[in-house]
Amino acid sequence: MYDTNRRVENAVTPKDIKIQARKVQVFYGDKHALKDVDVDILDKTVTAFIGPSGCGKSTFLRCINRMNDTIPIARVEGEILLDGEDVYDRRVDPVQLRAKVGMVFQKPNPFPKSIYDNVAYGPRIHGLSRNRAELDGIVEGALRGAALWNEVKDRLSEPGTGLSGGQQQRLCIARAVATSPEVLLMDEPCSALDPIATAQVEELIEELREQFSVVIVTHSMQQAARVSQKTAFFHLGNLVEYGDTDDIFTRPKDSRTEAYISGRIG
Amino acid sequence: MPLSWAFFASFLLAAAGYILGRSRAFATAGPDARALHSRPTYHGTSVGLMALLPSLGVLAVAAILRMAGVLTDETGPVVGILALVAAVIGLGLGVTRIGRQYQARNAVERMVLGLLMLCSLIAIVTTLGIVLSLVFETGRFFQVYDWKTFFFGTEWTPRFQGNSQLGILPLLWGTLYVSAIALLVAVPIGLFAAVYMSEYASRWVRGFVKPAIEVLAGIPTIVYGLFALITVGPLLRDYFAQPLGLGNSGTSVLTAGLVMGIMLIPFVSSLSDDIINAVPQSLRDGALGLGSTPSETVRQVVLPAALPGIVGAVLLAASRAIGETMIVVLGAGAAAQMSLNPLEAMTTITVKIVSQLTGDSDFNSPETLVAFALGLTLFVITLALNVVALIIVRKYREQYE
Repeated sequence: MYDTNRRVENAVTPKDIKIQARKVQVFYGDKHALKDVDVDILDKTVTAFIGPSGCGKSTFLRCINRMNDTIPIARVEGEILLDGEDVYDRRVDPVQLRAKVGMVFQKPNPFPKSIYDNVAYGPRIHGLSRNRAELDGIVEGALRGAALWNEVKDRLSEPGTGLSGGQQQRLCIARAVATSPEVLLMDEPCSALDPIATAQVEELIEELREQFSVVIVTHSMQQAARVSQKTAFFHLGNLVEYGDTDDIFTRPKDSRTEAYISGRIG
Repeated sequence: MPLSWAFFASFLLAAAGYILGRSRAFATAGPDARALHSRPTYHGTSVGLMALLPSLGVLAVAAILRMAGVLTDETGPVVGILALVAAVIGLGLGVTRIGRQYQARNAVERMVLGLLMLCSLIAIVTTLGIVLSLVFETGRFFQVYDWKTFFFGTEWTPRFQGNSQLGILPLLWGTLYVSAIALLVAVPIGLFAAVYMSEYASRWVRGFVKPAIEVLAGIPTIVYGLFALITVGPLLRDYFAQPLGLGNSGTSVLTAGLVMGIMLIPFVSSLSDDIINAVPQSLRDGALGLGSTPSETVRQVVLPAALPGIVGAVLLAASRAIGETMIVVLGAGAAAQMSLNPLEAMTTITVKIVSQLTGDSDFNSPETLVAFALGLTLFVITLALNVVALIIVRKYREQYE
């Protein structure tokens, strides 16, 4: 499953850093939910965020595309650089940012529209196609990219809500892929899926890595070990340890990481 | 008089039965109350209900027979005594049943179930009664008046000397015209207010605006009518109708429609707000996560998802507009005519029902009986709208549960 040779192909050089977070703090009202997070997320790599519930991993994920802006009481401090530009800079429009940083959610959330319109949603609002033929091409490409094309090509006009849970989640991935993002954030994308659908999505993540950087929040340590090259362990709002997935799972440096991966806390 | 005395007396007997049954149960139980199958309170309630229900039954049957004319008024005392006897027999039977093994709790549960069923039955039977009375009177109307003239006649000129023209079309036209204007006012304003409240307003603003809009719903329609009569009507006449040469009437379809639209705003906004709030947050997150602006999210994801429910809300508002009377009486006038000019006075079905039945009315002439035919037509229209609305709303609920 996990091929150690692959990391050699992705030898890390400084210019490969896609997202650079420095001293990120998040407050929900008076609650200090995330403390001093420093992390470098690499391009064309799968990075997994693990940790017990409420540790701040989803909160940090939602900082990267400023989804926390939709929560009135949330406040973010520190800086998150995407290709060297601070996403919290006042000149950055969160709408444009989110076109570059796609997101897949915990529960499949297809729009109450046809399968085609679900995938075409992003390209349409961002004006990515000049005519119908081009849009058709984008939709087909995204559905193929999400390994869903063969299952739905004959029923593109049927509602997306009529698909099975696993298909719905892959539709949501196709929807995110269709806007050709540079980073794809996935917030526990398999927690509502059965094992077979989970395996399909994991396989997909592996393929998506060739195009862009993927950040995945997961509760399953096996999943983190299977799909990611880098792993970050969060605990009580702190980023405890960040490093190569292999090292985190076999040679954790911090005693809390070791306790969590061996099942003693969490 | 004897009947109401019997009514109160059976309640007193029931109360006495409760106390008696309870103390009797305590006595039977001995030192340990757990020896009884049911708690003493249930024994008391069971005795009380067994006294009350038979006597109420006797009184109800007597009341129905009296309405049907089978019994005369002189039978009152007999019925009263009969009811009291039934109560006493029930009480006695109840008391003798008390024992360690008697399942009073189950008996009470059954009687309560029966009571609840009876109440829902009354609601249904009443609706049925209303429909039947309308149907019978309408049948009498069509015996004395040609149904083709009623449904397809374009003139409404009732004369109590006879030889009236009773065509429903001018009234139907007025009803639909006023309702259409009201919906044109209420639906956009109500819907946009709902979108603002549910998608944009902060919790503080929402907590203030929502109740403020709902105050509108509490205003009696006659007050809206006064507003139409003394403010909106003259305003439209002086600043629109007369300068544009469209009429001189202080009352007009537009006046009634506008004011009725204001009346319907809280109705539309409150229902739509609930429906928009029921759209899962995950859909909004999904749209925002793809880089939609808030307004794109509302237009392309939230509203389409809420659409069936909103259509249901609009249809419910429409059936209220069609049934509205007071605003039309005071705002639109009483002239039955078919015209496209919204600044002319027109009238609606409800207004004419009132005017046909007020004053000296002889319940055999077509001029009076026509009111029932009009009422039945109105009932059928609003019923159809409500059924369609309910079907749509139900379909919507299935989608997200």
